Amino acid sequence: MSGFNKVVGSYEEAMAGLEDGMTIIAGGFGLCGIPEGCIAQIKKMGTKELTIVSNNCGVDGFGLGILLEDKQIKKMVSSYVGENKLFEDQLLAGELEVELTPQGTLAEKMRAGGAGIPAFYTATGYGTPVGDGKEVREFNGRNYILEEAITGDYAIVKGWKADTYGNVIYRHTAQNFNPMAATAGKITIVEVEEIVEPGELDPTQIHTPGIYVDRLIQGSFEKRIEQRTVRA
Amino acid sequence: MALSREQLAMRVAQELQDGFYVNLGIGIPTLVANYVPEGMEVMLQSENGLLGMGPFPTEDEVDADMINAGKQTVTTITGASIFSSAESFAMIRGGHVDLTVLGAFEVDVNGSIASWMIPGKLIKGMGGAMDLVAGADNIIVTMTHADKHGNSKLLNECTLPLTGAGCIKKVVTDLAYLEIEDGQFILKERAPGVSVEEIVSKTAGKLVVPDHVPEMNV
Repeated sequence: MSGFNKVVGSYEEAMAGLEDGMTIIAGGFGLCGIPEGCIAQIKKMGTKELTIVSNNCGVDGFGLGILLEDKQIKKMVSSYVGENKLFEDQLLAGELEVELTPQGTLAEKMRAGGAGIPAFYTATGYGTPVGDGKEVREFNGRNYILEEAITGDYAIVKGWKADTYGNVIYRHTAQNFNPMAATAGKITIVEVEEIVEPGELDPTQIHTPGIYVDRLIQGSFEKRIEQRTVRA
Repeated sequence: MALSREQLAMRVAQELQDGFYVNLGIGIPTLVANYVPEGMEVMLQSENGLLGMGPFPTEDEVDADMINAGKQTVTTITGASIFSSAESFAMIRGGHVDLTVLGAFEVDVNGSIASWMIPGKLIKGMGGAMDLVAGADNIIVTMTHADKHGNSKLLNECTLPLTGAGCIKKVVTDLAYLEIEDGQFILKERAPGVSVEEIVSKTAGKLVVPDHVPEMNV
């Protein structure tokens, strides 16, 4: 009996059960707040035909970009891609499919998926290629398109601190898509920099309550910076 | 003389008001932050989940967990808040941001904007631009008046795939400040030294020219 203890001892255990053809929802914005250890484990497992829902697809050699190296990704659902050469190559060769989704719609699709809301109307994308083929409805004189929620077989999330019950706190802008991703996986895996005992985190400060978290692992993170900008 | 990038940013900055929450896009819009009038309080929203964005960090302050929507390392100002992407776009979509400034390839007389996709070129994605134009009431588009081949970017109808339909009311170009109303551009100001004739010749969309068109104050 482990009760509410979500801690697993290895990334093998954390990603166990992942199969070819599954859908994974990943937190992160650019290279900020990405679940580095889970991504490395997926590469190691060699799982293929994956659909990955994530705002971006990393860069060459880092982040989700490493899953392109062995052609593990079948489809990306993202708002902005192409920071990596390999991505471009596979896209142009027809080996990779991309569903471009406005960033706010992507966040809301995950949120809705985790909250049991199958679809929602938004003005975002109306009259653009994003709205093509989607149901349009008018509310108060304005047109909205129907967007469907997203859920994943797995969600992979990067937190800062968590207690063993899986209550998670994010750090700075490494929060981004992680809280929504955490709610939208059938199995949600969270990797954090530090795991503490229950009671050590202030309940008021929890971003992701442990109810959403199935497996928790402490990792170590490179935290690569995409655009290092400084002032004198 | 056509406005420089800095002058364009200076003109846009004249639209700022004390207490405004502002989202600045990448490129010229980002420069607007350098021209916030002395004594005015403005908070910059970055759509990856930050309200109250500060300047770039010093070498010692660099933190991989603190970036803006352009993935650049940044800092926060006093009174900043940090939140999720869903919360960030609730602010944007919900119309809570007072001013949004972004670039474009084309704008038309109906207020439609094309800014993310050129067919035949690699499409990288719209990021948050579609949400921003759909959610904000007060949007300023900054761009050059014509492309590098001299073709007007102010049209009767956008030729490129849209970012948003019927959502733009104000455009600042290197030649002019224009507003969009009732299916036409209205010439409000011209860049210092730029003639009305030049603006007319470089505006393909229907343009209304008032009797007096003042020069911008930049």
